[in-house]
Amino acid sequence: MASGPHSSPYLHGSATVSRVMFTVLVALVPVVAAYFWLWGVSILSQLALAAITALIAEATILVLRKLPVRVALLDGSALVTALLLALCLPPSAPPWVVVIGVLFAIVVAKHLYGGLGYNLFNPAMAGYLVVLIAFPAQLTLWPVPDMYDIGAEAGVVVDSTTMATPLDRLRTGRLQGKPAAEAMAASPLLGIFPNGVTTILALAWTAGGLLLLATRTIHWRIPLALLLSLGLFAGICGWLNPTDHAGWLFHLFSGGTMAAAFFIATDPVSAATTPRGQIIYAAGIGLLIYLIRGWGGYPDGVAFAVLLMNIAAPLIDYFTIPRAYGE
Amino acid sequence: MQIRKLIVDGLWHNNPALVQLLGLCPLLAVSGTVVNGLGLGLATTLTLIISNLAVSLVRNQLPDEVRIPVFVMIIAAAVTSIELVISAWFYQLYLILGIFIPLIVTNCAIIARAEAFAFRNSPLPALVDGLFMGLGFTAVLTLLGAIREVIGYGTLLRQADLLFGDVAAGWTVTLVDGYSGFLLAILPPGAFIALGFMIALKNVIDQRGEARRQAAAVTVITPATTMGAV
Repeated sequence: MASGPHSSPYLHGSATVSRVMFTVLVALVPVVAAYFWLWGVSILSQLALAAITALIAEATILVLRKLPVRVALLDGSALVTALLLALCLPPSAPPWVVVIGVLFAIVVAKHLYGGLGYNLFNPAMAGYLVVLIAFPAQLTLWPVPDMYDIGAEAGVVVDSTTMATPLDRLRTGRLQGKPAAEAMAASPLLGIFPNGVTTILALAWTAGGLLLLATRTIHWRIPLALLLSLGLFAGICGWLNPTDHAGWLFHLFSGGTMAAAFFIATDPVSAATTPRGQIIYAAGIGLLIYLIRGWGGYPDGVAFAVLLMNIAAPLIDYFTIPRAYGE
Repeated sequence: MQIRKLIVDGLWHNNPALVQLLGLCPLLAVSGTVVNGLGLGLATTLTLIISNLAVSLVRNQLPDEVRIPVFVMIIAAAVTSIELVISAWFYQLYLILGIFIPLIVTNCAIIARAEAFAFRNSPLPALVDGLFMGLGFTAVLTLLGAIREVIGYGTLLRQADLLFGDVAAGWTVTLVDGYSGFLLAILPPGAFIALGFMIALKNVIDQRGEARRQAAAVTVITPATTMGAV
């Protein structure tokens, strides 16, 4: 230590795991604020439950693996996984759904694959998919925010109402042979401006993502390539067949697109690492999101797309290793 | 002695599902419940016994060059007979197992045993190998079915009457009343995840056993060396 490094690199960035993770936590503030504004306090208890479950699971498995508990527990990685997962779930999700998702994410997707730095799959997305596949009924309906008083509109008093998301309506409409515009117009979630609630959430995720870009926590390659690729395919399909496809703006600002572009696909462990590889990886996610949304069995394909490209990431890295200078 | 080794190998050390990882396609596809797992496991065991015995009996007449086609024909004949038996006496089960009964032909565990064991051994060991490889496969299939059924449906032995007749109609054990179900366990990913945990458990048990054996060996040796030193 005293004599300093004897070989390059001589300059070190200040990024440490805990610093990166806590920057991500700060960047999640706009998203939490949007949830809070739309649905009230329920999101806070959901986040708290996810965080506590994650910390307990992380501590338990670290003890079982005979690893130092304090360092890994305080690096914030388990907390980021838990909060990202909780923010993917509808605010009306039952508590046991949150607990099962977080447990799977931390115990199976993270630690059984070797822990932080070794996990092949994005833990938050793996945990989300487990609960999405296991409990489709609880996860596909989102509560209608209080500000859209559909009870008053219909002349009745309702305590709470759940609604299919715009993407879900698009898919149902497609199955019934309805044009895209008509299927989406039927949703009160489209209230204030085109696809209202999901757009507010998408803008909140974008705000957090810009913060991550500004602090250089993430590089622009992955978000840009993902959004360009999804926008391009959605644009082409919408241009060729405007009746059945919703257009690029709708796809960029609904579902989990923005969350995936800035917070999920950029996970440094499960993403590709070479510069060219990252562009291929992110463009692949964008294409897969559109394919799954357009022709798949689930309304949103973000989580599936991320996990599929996670599998491909080592191969992409292998074929895109940058040439060393002089070779 | 050799027979005993065959039994232990088939059931544990060289278990077709947990160690050789053979026959994963039916293993994962039909292990949604105990009854499905047990039904397909027993059908596979029967096929293994017949094919191992038949291959071993004709092994001296078989030229090496055509042995694989002959194995396939023997196995196909056995599976076709078993399929007819199941469709005659267990028709409901036949409907559920569906395509997976004819697909036993492609179960690589069977052709692997024919090639690796029955072709090189006399009829009795071949028969024992087939029986216990089959039972080892059945055990894993049934246990996997049990795990998936408990997690997925909250029950055990549902639809037992398909396999055991009307006597078993009331055998279904409901573990949790009003269980809403855990769909993932019944779907294919649940089978992969559960099988992964089972293989991990087997490896843990093996490692513990190995560690204990080594510890025992050390304690035996220590007094002997002290004696020598004295």
